[in-house]
Amino acid sequence: MNIHEFQAKQLFLKFGIPIPEGKQATTADSAGQIARELGGEGWVVKAQVHAGGRGKVGGVKLAKSFAEVIEHATAMLGKRLVTIQTDSAGLPINSLLIEKIYPIKRELYLSALVDRASERIVFIASAAGGMDIETVAHETPEQIISVQVHPAAGLQAYQCRKVAYALGLKGQQHKSLQIIMQGMYDLFLAKDASQIEINPLIETHDGDLLALDAKINFDDNAVAIHPDILAMKDPAQEDAKENEAQQFGLNYITLEGNIGCMVNGAGLAMATMDLVKLKGGLPANFLDVGGGTNVEKVCEAFKLILSDTSVKAVMVNIFGGIVKCDVIASGILAAIEQVHVTVPVVVRLEGTNVEQGRALLSNTGLKIYAADDLAHAAEQVVKLAEAA
Amino acid sequence: MSILINKDTKVICQGFTGKQGTFHSEQALDYGTRLVGGVTPERGGETHLGLPVFNTVQDAVNTTGATASVIYVPPFYAADAILEAVDAGIKLIVCITEGIPILQMLRVKAAMAGTGALLIGPNCPGVITPGECKIGIMPGKIHLPGSIGIVSRSGTLTYESVHQTTQQGLGQSTCVGIGGDPIHGMNFVDVLSRFQADEQTKGIVMVGEIGGGEEEEAADYIKAHVTKPVVAYIAGQTAPPGKRMGHAGAIVTGGKGTAEGKVAALKTAGIEVVNSPTDIGVAMKRCL
Repeated sequence: MNIHEFQAKQLFLKFGIPIPEGKQATTADSAGQIARELGGEGWVVKAQVHAGGRGKVGGVKLAKSFAEVIEHATAMLGKRLVTIQTDSAGLPINSLLIEKIYPIKRELYLSALVDRASERIVFIASAAGGMDIETVAHETPEQIISVQVHPAAGLQAYQCRKVAYALGLKGQQHKSLQIIMQGMYDLFLAKDASQIEINPLIETHDGDLLALDAKINFDDNAVAIHPDILAMKDPAQEDAKENEAQQFGLNYITLEGNIGCMVNGAGLAMATMDLVKLKGGLPANFLDVGGGTNVEKVCEAFKLILSDTSVKAVMVNIFGGIVKCDVIASGILAAIEQVHVTVPVVVRLEGTNVEQGRALLSNTGLKIYAADDLAHAAEQVVKLAEAA
Repeated sequence: MSILINKDTKVICQGFTGKQGTFHSEQALDYGTRLVGGVTPERGGETHLGLPVFNTVQDAVNTTGATASVIYVPPFYAADAILEAVDAGIKLIVCITEGIPILQMLRVKAAMAGTGALLIGPNCPGVITPGECKIGIMPGKIHLPGSIGIVSRSGTLTYESVHQTTQQGLGQSTCVGIGGDPIHGMNFVDVLSRFQADEQTKGIVMVGEIGGGEEEEAADYIKAHVTKPVVAYIAGQTAPPGKRMGHAGAIVTGGKGTAEGKVAALKTAGIEVVNSPTDIGVAMKRCL
């Protein structure tokens, strides 16, 4: 789960990580008012969307007067921001973060994440801040330092010193960095984060360290035990259909093709999409209906798939393991009738009672095609989608 | 011989009296698995499915001599269940549960270091040696005792591989679903090394997917240590970056863990990689 920058910064504050003075605004007038309250001579207006790359596309603007703050806020609010991390529709700008401007001496990078290979929380730091860290890692790997934290020992002072020296920090800054890293580590554990990123972490002309940006991702498996984090969820920043699917225990991801896919199991669902592509088609979605498939779930799955108007044909691929194929076939038929599916549906069933399942699906008078194997099913659905 | 389990393996079930535990224990008993009891705290002394229920894993181990355990407890209790099994000296722990918080698994893995216990999963279908012992949620009927070792991060793609190798008349020695979570127990290399050492296994099917770097590690390992033919398939070639494809671990982040990268690494190591998931069985037969 993602949250906005202003929410991440509120959490930073609670865990002792220094942030710029600022406040969230939802109207242009309040944006101006906030700048007035903050005082100073310059402000930054930052679009609050769940995507990076905002600066390059006008989502982060500097202002030298209150009028300019209001001007930028008016221009951004209610618009959609398209960045390299969003799709072509972009994400809605419903709120802004107005912050004071600080004189920047250096931009650093600092993040913490769960590293799969070492099975540890790892801190990654670089003196090349403000840039995309993957680019830095690729082009100048020597500019990146990382430390692994053992879960029993926790973050140690020497690990913070190691990072501080690598970043070229001096004197009191060592203590400041340790406070920031400890705050990140404590926040990580307390709220079940999966990644915390500060890019850039700035060194001001006075030598202070400040988290100029803040990005936190949370472990979806753990948010249920963190109601405060769950309350920060912003459905406007997410795909409406993906949210709806979650409520029915379905895993759905929108794609850009015209062949709807309904599959049991995440791996088989990915494989089905790949196969559709291999046969010359394009999948419209990823959809895993899960193991314990029932009529209600299949109905909801059909509704979701068909709410995408670009879908010209649907491929159902179910490996009936413990649930028998004839039971699944009846479920599919019931769902097709209930949801009034009009596009052709190719069904590939495999597993226990497969013959009875296929028999049920043939001669229904509906546009259902019972395929005898997976490769044929994919070929057939691609042809049907092309013909539609 | 098979790997990890055989007809003599004594198995207990944690979360035995729950809905999942009950259903899959019945299926396991039907299959012929030597399930010798189960654990549900506060239900010790009862009988369930004709087998004894124990309060603790230690009680179950002391009474039955079980060496393997299968876990069907809800996600927020599963880390505790795994560590209880480790503490009781269980050698093979199979955790089916999906949805365990990643930081809990991080601590579990650190706590398991040096204990000698093996963990399969979590978020996996389990492990089966056809005709001998089934530990997990896979449908027993599709399997055939035989010569192919199968290792996979995905449940349904394991079934797909089993089905195809059964259709080709090859059958399976042992099938291991290592699970779809980013932090998990046995990995590809742990299973591949056992298949290489196992006499019954003549060929290996390896099914990977996007996310992480275990397929790349496996490619290096196979090149250096595996002499048996390996057929690999990688799912997720059409998956958009940054999106979690059902499994918690199936995500491409920062250009890492792509299907292309994994396929390239496997091909470089000289492994037969099939483009279509429908070609796994045929390719395996051809490679033998």
